[in-house]
Amino acid sequence: MSKLSDFEITRRNLLIGSATTTASLALPKFSFAQEKNTGQASSVTTIPNSAMTEVGFTVNGEARKLTADNRLTLLDALRESLQLSGTKKGCDHGQCGACTVMVNGRRINSCLSLAVMHEGDEITTIEGLGTPEGLDPMQVAFIEHDGYQCGYCTPGQICSAKATLEEIRAGIPSHVTEDITGEIQITSAEIRERMSGNLCRCGAYANILDAIEHVAEDKA
Amino acid sequence: MRFDSPAEQNVSDRMKVLGQPLRRIDGPLKTTGMAPYAYERHGVAKDQLVGYPLGSAIAKGRIVSMDINEAQASPGVVGIVTTLEMERLPKVDWNVAYLFGGREIQHYHQAIAVVVANSFEEARAAAALIRVEYEEDQDATYDLAAVRQERLSDDVEPIDNIGDFESAYASAEVTLDATYTTPGQCHAQMEPHATIAQWDGDHLTLWTSNQMIEWSRQALATTFDLPAENFRLDSPYIGGGFGVKLFLRADAVMAALAARKVGRAVKLALPRPMSANNTTHRGLTIQRIRIGASQEGKITAIGHDNATNTLPGGDGENGARATRRFYAGENRLLINRALEIHLPESNAMRAPGETAGLMALEIAMDEMAEKLGMDPVEFRIINDTQVDPSHPERQFSERHFIECLQRGAEVFNWASRNKAPGSRREGAWLIGHGVAGAYRDAPAETSGARVSVRPDGSIRVETDMTDIGTGSYTIIAQTAAEMMGVSLEVVNVDLGDSRHPVSAGSGGQWGAASSTAGVYAACLALRKKIAERLAVDPEALEFSEGYVRYNDQQTALSELASAGSITAEDSIEFGDFRSEEYQLATFGAHFVEVAVHATTGEIRVRRMLAVCDAGRILNPMTARSQVIGAMTMGVGAALMESLAVDTRHGFFVNHDLAGYEVPVHADIPAQQVIFLEGEDPYSTPLKAKGVGELGICGVSAAVANAVYNATGARVRDYPITLDKFLDRLPEIA
Repeated sequence: MSKLSDFEITRRNLLIGSATTTASLALPKFSFAQEKNTGQASSVTTIPNSAMTEVGFTVNGEARKLTADNRLTLLDALRESLQLSGTKKGCDHGQCGACTVMVNGRRINSCLSLAVMHEGDEITTIEGLGTPEGLDPMQVAFIEHDGYQCGYCTPGQICSAKATLEEIRAGIPSHVTEDITGEIQITSAEIRERMSGNLCRCGAYANILDAIEHVAEDKA
Repeated sequence: MRFDSPAEQNVSDRMKVLGQPLRRIDGPLKTTGMAPYAYERHGVAKDQLVGYPLGSAIAKGRIVSMDINEAQASPGVVGIVTTLEMERLPKVDWNVAYLFGGREIQHYHQAIAVVVANSFEEARAAAALIRVEYEEDQDATYDLAAVRQERLSDDVEPIDNIGDFESAYASAEVTLDATYTTPGQCHAQMEPHATIAQWDGDHLTLWTSNQMIEWSRQALATTFDLPAENFRLDSPYIGGGFGVKLFLRADAVMAALAARKVGRAVKLALPRPMSANNTTHRGLTIQRIRIGASQEGKITAIGHDNATNTLPGGDGENGARATRRFYAGENRLLINRALEIHLPESNAMRAPGETAGLMALEIAMDEMAEKLGMDPVEFRIINDTQVDPSHPERQFSERHFIECLQRGAEVFNWASRNKAPGSRREGAWLIGHGVAGAYRDAPAETSGARVSVRPDGSIRVETDMTDIGTGSYTIIAQTAAEMMGVSLEVVNVDLGDSRHPVSAGSGGQWGAASSTAGVYAACLALRKKIAERLAVDPEALEFSEGYVRYNDQQTALSELASAGSITAEDSIEFGDFRSEEYQLATFGAHFVEVAVHATTGEIRVRRMLAVCDAGRILNPMTARSQVIGAMTMGVGAALMESLAVDTRHGFFVNHDLAGYEVPVHADIPAQQVIFLEGEDPYSTPLKAKGVGELGICGVSAAVANAVYNATGARVRDYPITLDKFLDRLPEIA
């Protein structure tokens, strides 16, 4: 079943906004939260404010199900519904990268993605990479190189850092790749370019670069 | 304890743990997402509801009416608090603008309502349904340049008026008269302001993100008209501040009001697009600088006339601040015109005053050196002063500015710099080099701590000091480890809780020096207590490797505390000698190389060096991070950061992280930091001073001077974007 067709059906249903759900195995199910005092609302709203959808995905290898407000972002599904608050909300508008997580092996800004779009997806968050007692090598490198200060952008930086190295190794070119036909070299310019969606206002960039290069060299 | 005379040799001088480049003790929590920031503390209060704020859509005027019926009826809404329900809430003087209450609007995005709902989505949707009718003041002014022009003839009390500036300037052999502008800047800290509030009767707990716990506790007492003891704040992790979290802000007030109204815990974060206009910014400046010097390069007259925006009662960004103390010159006229402009609140941002001031002054110094035909490093060296120029009877306790310049010039290979502006080309790029000086005061504030030896031999430190990314956790742990003779691993540090002793907090570059001195004082008190218990003279005790050694005996700390923790508390207070007899400050020199594209004008920073003179460095690793971070912010200020003012409607247009550009990874090159060896016994018992604000001072001017050196086109209006010099690039051969 293609992801695209799933999405289209889901979207159509969202727009219909009907409580009578079309039965389908793969489709999320709608329900409406009880509305309070609806008599007062003069009602300009054509789409119900509180349409809820059941959605299931795996987070860090664990199957999770939730009944999500259709407006719930993947970010808030993680931070609020599942209380996995390692993923950070810096802007909620896809501008800072603090909410970076991996979905099916690719990094995304989880604030720009609705939870209900992730039926069946595999999501990895900072909590899935390591724990204080069992750190991922990238987490160790960030600590050793002081690749953070306030720590708020750090989970997003670490998720992006791991993805950056994987993207380079997978041969995905960037704006600064000189030869897009050959093997892409892990250079500081490649890393800086690919990490530029993750803001760090404390300005730990030089140390973050050192941490990523350290991990890249260890794996080489 | 009181610090009434310069520090002598003491326990902290062992430097076994202090002074070492140790990794942050909070690193494992931060890198795994386990460090709890304000909005995430699901466990602290049951059944938390979510608040969503509404900001004013006008900059100045009053609210005529608010219609909340539709919002009230929106799904999931539990309650709404509007500003019309109450008189304007009182504020303390630290805040310039009022935070909530009443009809009057002082600035755009002033908080005017908070909607409480079961979920964020419901609260946000409902907040958008509130209808507000405003009456806008037609006489409001939002244009600093226009107001300055109108009021240039105002009689302003100078900050310094020493000698006879006008005559000395008029008769100087070489003169410079230039005007520089710096835009409003946004702290743009990564974690938005956020608070969870819960009332228990008339007692309020706030889990929040705040740099200055005690200031905010006092502010809450004023705002809610209750004793300060009724308030508890807890702020163990703070996702950046840079000054924007120094004071009580609307997130905390709205969460508290909302929680009181609905009778449950409420959490609220300021949405990013509301942050720039609702909170504070570094004020805009227009700075006229006049320098007169002899042919030999001795400054004889220095004038700095700064104009900046503020709401009534504030100082704005005082650009003339650093000029008071940085360079010699017998005739001085320094003015700060804090002009009432109805933009949002201008207030402290990292090195307030010095940052914008040195952005201008250090270009002026470069221009003056060029007029004199001198190396700008040499020109600065000639005009160094070892006494406070505005109070020549006061010496600087330690001042090694000349060494910063000389060491930097050597390491950066300044001698082989491009000497004639616009003359060095590497392929498509013009290469330029710039230097600038850095100056920042080194204040210290009263700071307390509580230290315990626990039955397992570990040490616990409690203080309301905060760590905003500065490394407070680590340097406080290092101080306790040094003083109590234990390894860093067994020191447990608890910060940011108002139940702990009051500290200096994080601000003004005083945090590191003051808070570690407070921990030093508490550790001395603990050592004394242990000595009493052992009936030994405290001077005879030696603490090392988890043992107390005395008279050929030794006792493990765990044994001493086996019957229960031993706890002591003390605070350090700084005597007047520190500020009256001496001027304490930190110094630095920044060197920058840039490449400017010869046809497009694109600017790339290629390398940066900072040399810092800041007394004893408590942890070279975290101190270096402070400085590289500040250098990064300085690159932003030089090349991209600017709050765009809508002078018709009075707000910052680019009020999010897409519109307000800050440096990203790709903008930042290799950065080198050198700390001069040294200690300042006049500063604290640990002989330390701060570096976090020094690091940003002068950086932007070094970048600006490098761009000039590359292109030959001088830009005096920050940020230096290519549209400001593209038509002045050298002819392409």
